Amino acid sequence: MVAFWILSPIMVAAALGLLFARKAVHAALLLAVVMICLSVLYLVQNAPFLFVVQIIVYTGAILMLFLFVLMLVGVDASDSVVETIRGQRLMATVAGLALGLLLVLGIGQVSLGAVTGLSQANADGNVQGLAQLLFSRYVFAFEATSALLITAAIGAMVLAHRERLTPKLTQADRAAQRMRAYAEHGTHPGPLPSPGVYARHNAVDTPALLPDGSPAETSVSRMFTVRGTIRPASASDVRMLTASVGDAATTDQERQGER
Amino acid sequence: MFATLQESVPVVDPSATSGVLSLLWVVVALPALGAAVVLVLGNRRTAAWAPLLGCATVIVSFALSLVCFVALLGRDSAHRQVAQTLWRWMDAGSFKVDMGILYDPLSALFLLLVTGVGALIHIYSVGYMAHDERRARFFGYLNLFVASMLTLVLADNYLVMFLGWEGVGLASYLLIGFWQHKTTAAVAAKKAFVVNRVGDLGMALAIMLAFATFGTVGFSGISAAASHASYATMTALGLLFLLAACGKSAQVPLQSWLLDAMEGPTPVSALIHAATMVTAGVYLVVRSSFIYDYTQAAQTAVVVVGTVTLLWGAVIGCAKDDIKKALAGSTMSQIGYMMLAAGLGPAGYAFAIFHLLTHGFFKANMFLGAGSVMHAMDDDVDMRHYGALAKAVPVTFVTFAMGYLAIIGIPPFAGFWSKDKIIEAALADNLVAGIAALVGAGITAFYMTRVMLMTFGGKRRWLEGVHPHESPAVMTGPLVALGALSALGGLLLLGGWVVDWLAPVVGAEPEGSFGLPAIVVSLIALAVVIVGIVIAWLTVGRHDVPATAPQRVSVVTRAARADLYGDAFNEAMLMRPGDELVNGLLAFDRQVVDNAVMGSGGAFGLMSSSFRRVQTGFVRSYALSLLGGALVVLVALLVVNL
Amino acid sequence: MSGTPFVVLSAILFTIGCVGVLTRRNAIVVFMCIELMLNASNLALVTFARVDGNLDGQVAAFFVMVVAAAEVVVGLAIIMTIFRTRRSASVDEASLLKY
Repeated sequence: MVAFWILSPIMVAAALGLLFARKAVHAALLLAVVMICLSVLYLVQNAPFLFVVQIIVYTGAILMLFLFVLMLVGVDASDSVVETIRGQRLMATVAGLALGLLLVLGIGQVSLGAVTGLSQANADGNVQGLAQLLFSRYVFAFEATSALLITAAIGAMVLAHRERLTPKLTQADRAAQRMRAYAEHGTHPGPLPSPGVYARHNAVDTPALLPDGSPAETSVSRMFTVRGTIRPASASDVRMLTASVGDAATTDQERQGER
Repeated sequence: MFATLQESVPVVDPSATSGVLSLLWVVVALPALGAAVVLVLGNRRTAAWAPLLGCATVIVSFALSLVCFVALLGRDSAHRQVAQTLWRWMDAGSFKVDMGILYDPLSALFLLLVTGVGALIHIYSVGYMAHDERRARFFGYLNLFVASMLTLVLADNYLVMFLGWEGVGLASYLLIGFWQHKTTAAVAAKKAFVVNRVGDLGMALAIMLAFATFGTVGFSGISAAASHASYATMTALGLLFLLAACGKSAQVPLQSWLLDAMEGPTPVSALIHAATMVTAGVYLVVRSSFIYDYTQAAQTAVVVVGTVTLLWGAVIGCAKDDIKKALAGSTMSQIGYMMLAAGLGPAGYAFAIFHLLTHGFFKANMFLGAGSVMHAMDDDVDMRHYGALAKAVPVTFVTFAMGYLAIIGIPPFAGFWSKDKIIEAALADNLVAGIAALVGAGITAFYMTRVMLMTFGGKRRWLEGVHPHESPAVMTGPLVALGALSALGGLLLLGGWVVDWLAPVVGAEPEGSFGLPAIVVSLIALAVVIVGIVIAWLTVGRHDVPATAPQRVSVVTRAARADLYGDAFNEAMLMRPGDELVNGLLAFDRQVVDNAVMGSGGAFGLMSSSFRRVQTGFVRSYALSLLGGALVVLVALLVVNL
Repeated sequence: MSGTPFVVLSAILFTIGCVGVLTRRNAIVVFMCIELMLNASNLALVTFARVDGNLDGQVAAFFVMVVAAAEVVVGLAIIMTIFRTRRSASVDEASLLKY
């Protein structure tokens, strides 16, 4: 009971937060909170199997699916506060309050009776009890839902499939493209250096420094550039590199000789 | 006044037909067959022999009628009513109507009149219509008329009589508008039919009322139960039948069609609008004696209608220059005399029928004579173009004079006997009616003398190129026959024969008189007639008749020329309000009803265009509606379960 | 402990999820609110299982989870496809079926 009274305010708050959150990712995370609390409530109510399944399947798989699609669609997308449909918010609030009131009223009028508890049903263990029901009385539903899952997976594949509209570029085409780019724009025709060759730092948002001390733009994700969150390289690295360029350049051997 | 005669009202109680009387249906069937053959086969195929067929059917019918009449004469007076049921016409639950024949003294006389005068006029038409290319159709229509009129007089119940009634109305319409190419003829035919329809309404209502009251429409059934019916019912029946009679007999207030009906060929005017069809109203009243004898009020109404009309027609006849229209006014007036007599009850029924017969003779005679004159004058009807025709068309002149003397009531011609008896009976019953009848006799004498003087006397006023010649024998033959009848028709009254003959049908003539002996009344009537003749001689005979009608005339003349404003009255009281009503209804239909319908459609359109705004296209508003619906369901569940 | 508080909590979560579906414009967030509603009903089912003393409620909750998973898969694939075409994930964009 203690768990209930601690968790339910958290759940309600998180749900309200889901309602009011501006950014979609925040909403997803708040939903995760709700789901985890729910799983604990399942545990409290003698449903350990569901507790685990809720965390693994619901929070772990389904919510992650949400987050992936959010990433694809655009994490930046945020709803404006202004409501486009006139009266919708008011009517929705009124209707929601009415619904809540009616439901609570109805529940209040009903008496659920004495709690029988699951000690009897869980005598062989919760998983065994569920399995006994699942494979005897609900076996048809079980098989049907499995078919449903397969269909859903195939459906998702079909929906997400993109037809190739242009012919696939072969290696020869790619090579020709690279040469042409070099001829016209002077871009380097060779492969890029491997990661870490010019890196000066482990952080992903710190650019690698080219031998002349300038940062290599292609070494950080474009997102950082767009967002403007690139960290400048450390000054000592830059000094050391620029020192080796031009007249002030000293070779490694000279440096070793100085030492 | 006479005592009430309820005890002695005769009941129609016929016995079955036997012997030659069983062939009465042939009398009707022959003209009907003739009409059917000619009209179905059409004008062109039958043109050669249709006139002969038409005449033959009516002549054979006349012969048969004569034989049946003789057979009836041979029986004694208690057994002179015979009936024959031909077939069951309508059988609907308690409503049963037979196609039946009733042959009694009244029908016998009518049969002779219709077929006899009809045959003569058919023969006349052979000559009159000889140059008309549609004459076959003409004879078909004439036969149709004769068949319908015979159905009317031979019927043993009101419904079969109504069948004949409508049939003669149809024949009248077809024959008035025979010369279809003339707009005036078509309009006149329509007018006749429409005015008759008003009367037919009365007839239909009366038949329905009779059925509702007595459970039958047969004469025998009604006359047997008549003494048990209420006074109000009988009065209603009497008034409704009077309305019907007014329509068919052109009595006031339904008189406006008769003068226009002169647009038809002259044989039609002679047969239908003088001798037979217009007398059907009188026949109806006399036949319904078992109704009228029980209601003093309806009888008074009949007397009033007759009196008004006899003066009305006479006044109109004075101012007409068209010879046929003058004779039509005269017809209206004479039928007024008959209706007056019929309204007097058993005292007058027989004299009404007697006058009907004699009028049939002399009026048909005069109309055919007028047709002969028109034939001589190239179909001109204006008497102002006649004059001094006595020498030019001698046979026509002599026969016309016979009819003239009969109608004004000069003894020993037929009209004197019949009209005198009516004046006597009218004076005995009601002084006003009697005086009106006397005055009417005077006016009749005036205008008929005027017609004679303008047509046959005076100086020639013929137009260019007109060479009057006598009509062929086929036309003058019937004229002679009818002239003889006009002269000798009075013989029917010899020994009161016609009164006794009709007594089984209409009841015995009651005792009672004016107070003056009959001879004095006759002398007074003769004096009035002579005064009328003298006035006509003074005003018309002595001066030259102007070639065109003078315009500066008295108010009375102007009114008489306009048919005593009958048409104007009808137009103002009936036609205009009718038009307004129709226009109003039309406007109502267009503006209110149509707009209501279109408006409701429009309203739905408006409603839908405001309701469809719910379909905003936004999923979230649809979701809101979903939630709303779910809330309703929840509320319902909670309310029901808690 | 009686089951009523749990059911009441489930009702509250369900309501919040409803309002979220009606109010949010980002399709994925709407989907998340639907998931919240499903979870709320799962809680109720598990509570009823405990109250009635048999595991049918838990089996039902299990099936709800499975179906929710399938639904999420297909739904997100659809959202992604729509996003590719329209370059927007707002539910208000698809509003052509109107008067």
